[in-house]
Amino acid sequence: MTAFVPLGNEALAQGALDAGLSGVYAYPGTPSTEITEYIQRSPEARTHGVMSAWTANEKTAMEAGLGMSYAGKRAMVCMKHVGLNVAADPFMNSAFTGVHGGLIYAIADDPSMHSSQNEQDSRFFAKFALIPAIEPSDQQEAYDAAFYAFALSEKHEIPVMVRMTTRLSHSRAGVRRREPLAQNALNLPANLMQFVLLPAIARRKYADLLAKQNEFVADSEASPFNRYEDRPDTSLGIIACGISYNYLMENFPDGCPHPVLKIGQYPLPRALVARLVGVCDQVLVLEEGMPLVEEMLRGYPFDSGKVRGRLDGYLPRAGELNPTLVARALGREDSRSHFEVPSVVAGRPPQLCQGCPHADTYRALNEALEDYSQGRVFSDIGCYTLGALPPFNAINSCVDMGASVTMAKGAVDAGLTPAVAVIGDSTFSHSGMTGLLDAVNARSAVTVIIVDNLTTAMTGGQESAGQGHLETIARGLGVEEEHVRVITPLPRQHDANVRVFSEELAYEGVSVIIARRECIETAKRKRKA
Amino acid sequence: MKYDMILAGVGGQGVLSIAAAIGLAAVDGGLHLKQSEVHGMSQRGGAVQSHLRLADRPIHSDLISEGQADMLLSLEPMETLRYVPLLAPDGVIVADCTPVLNIPDYPEVDALLVALRQFPRVHLLDATAIAQELRNARASNMVLLGAASLFLPLEASALEAAIAQLFGRKGEAVVGRNIEAFRAGRSVIQPV
Repeated sequence: MTAFVPLGNEALAQGALDAGLSGVYAYPGTPSTEITEYIQRSPEARTHGVMSAWTANEKTAMEAGLGMSYAGKRAMVCMKHVGLNVAADPFMNSAFTGVHGGLIYAIADDPSMHSSQNEQDSRFFAKFALIPAIEPSDQQEAYDAAFYAFALSEKHEIPVMVRMTTRLSHSRAGVRRREPLAQNALNLPANLMQFVLLPAIARRKYADLLAKQNEFVADSEASPFNRYEDRPDTSLGIIACGISYNYLMENFPDGCPHPVLKIGQYPLPRALVARLVGVCDQVLVLEEGMPLVEEMLRGYPFDSGKVRGRLDGYLPRAGELNPTLVARALGREDSRSHFEVPSVVAGRPPQLCQGCPHADTYRALNEALEDYSQGRVFSDIGCYTLGALPPFNAINSCVDMGASVTMAKGAVDAGLTPAVAVIGDSTFSHSGMTGLLDAVNARSAVTVIIVDNLTTAMTGGQESAGQGHLETIARGLGVEEEHVRVITPLPRQHDANVRVFSEELAYEGVSVIIARRECIETAKRKRKA
Repeated sequence: MKYDMILAGVGGQGVLSIAAAIGLAAVDGGLHLKQSEVHGMSQRGGAVQSHLRLADRPIHSDLISEGQADMLLSLEPMETLRYVPLLAPDGVIVADCTPVLNIPDYPEVDALLVALRQFPRVHLLDATAIAQELRNARASNMVLLGAASLFLPLEASALEAAIAQLFGRKGEAVVGRNIEAFRAGRSVIQPV
């Protein structure tokens, strides 16, 4: 047998398959995408009939996962951290309904924002929803987490979050696999009112959820993901969450002299934390993301003054950790650079590929907008966001999935006429359609440009939910037939495209212009295959 | 034994293929491996890097500490310089000297080469030109891997077997051309 050296995301995916997964639902987003891609490529998943689907957005993914759980089977729902904002409604409420078949929410956070709009920490969401969360520290734990989380989920009838972070998601190491488990059979909840959150029932479910909290803490105290490592030098104790445990150990090749509490399961194991804080003079808290544990320990206004971490400058307040930052927090001098980056080195930001259709769209749009004052193009999340950078300087916003359409409408309401929205085909299917309906109902002078490259390009070319239906969707939402236009963004079509943009900018109602040409990367891959 | 490497380049240059070949050879040789990759936005023509760590014992961190990398292997001269804070004082640099000019403010190439030649153990080669001479322009990453192989704690035969495994599904001809590129790179430089 060849060695299994997966990315952290792939380890979690294989773990879920081996732990009896029946279905995975996801919307692609860095750094979460490879979890679902792995399952889609897996011959075992095909053999065992595991459902795997890219959905219209994270909310529909989570609801489908909850439905599979209702029907008794194990499901996993995957997304990036900001996707959880989109799915927050089913996320919070599924803590109340509870689950039937095991249900994992695999959420991948992106501290340092390698490919994201913000760096929120999903452990806060788990705490908010009062559900358990597993935070693997390495690839083996990511694999094991799937088994453990499904078991925990079915034991307490509660969804369980598995929180990944960029460096674990996208780093490889060897993993040992276990004996696979069978999938669950189709079976419905004993109480067919379990998922009916009418107020009277919801109040009972909330009481149940609160009552389970002590059991969740008790599980954390005994969890294999939480470990107290007793050591003699109690001048300092260290609480290391998730991957930060590895950065700590990297600094002590011969073993850490201080007591260490490794955290990989939440809610926090209170007794283990109390033990460490009790015996140590100071406590350094290492966590990837926001200072969740540190803030709990500081317990303002009862701050003991013992706790060190991101809130007092021992570690940076924002951004991901690494072994060098941990070394500095420990006061160690041996991890330092010997060479500086010469000043001649320039930044190299990402950019649109040579021949990208979005470039042709932006060139034509910029020309059509020359007659108007600047600052009226709202855009969205995708490769085309790179149109904000030179040489295009073409867009003025990128906030959240779908916000281009609705922000443009709001700006028109304020008197900025015309306003333009530039949104990708996948982003439009995700969250642009509802906003377009708002604009149609208001007869708003919004020009919506759907840059349709026939794929979800930024995350590597996943299928796009609205593909083949965009004109029908626009007309169905009430955009007038003659103001649903389709153009081909190519250099030789430039003048014709400028004219279409100019005509629709002049129209004082909703227009939808679909700029359709396949992503050159996707096309290249298809030619090779 | 431990061997820490930074692999650097521009999105699309094939940094991850080098990492995959070294990773396969290392794991087949019974070594422990951790390898972090960059996925997502930076792959669109931006700066990309991979931390690759090999050891004969379990490895903790996925990332290399500052001043600890034994090798900085880079497909592009300016990208090489971006990661020198991670290089150990006696670390080796193996780098392609052909620039990727996809930004408007790319510095003078000569200034980059002067900066690179300041390092104690640096090997600059024109992997891009060597690959073009072999009529296999896409294999400059394998040329560079060949040059780097003189320093790696891995046998050349193990790396060639890994290349064969990596490109196997594209057929014998592709495997042969990549191994040819690897050997060309290996014959260019002398270890110091």
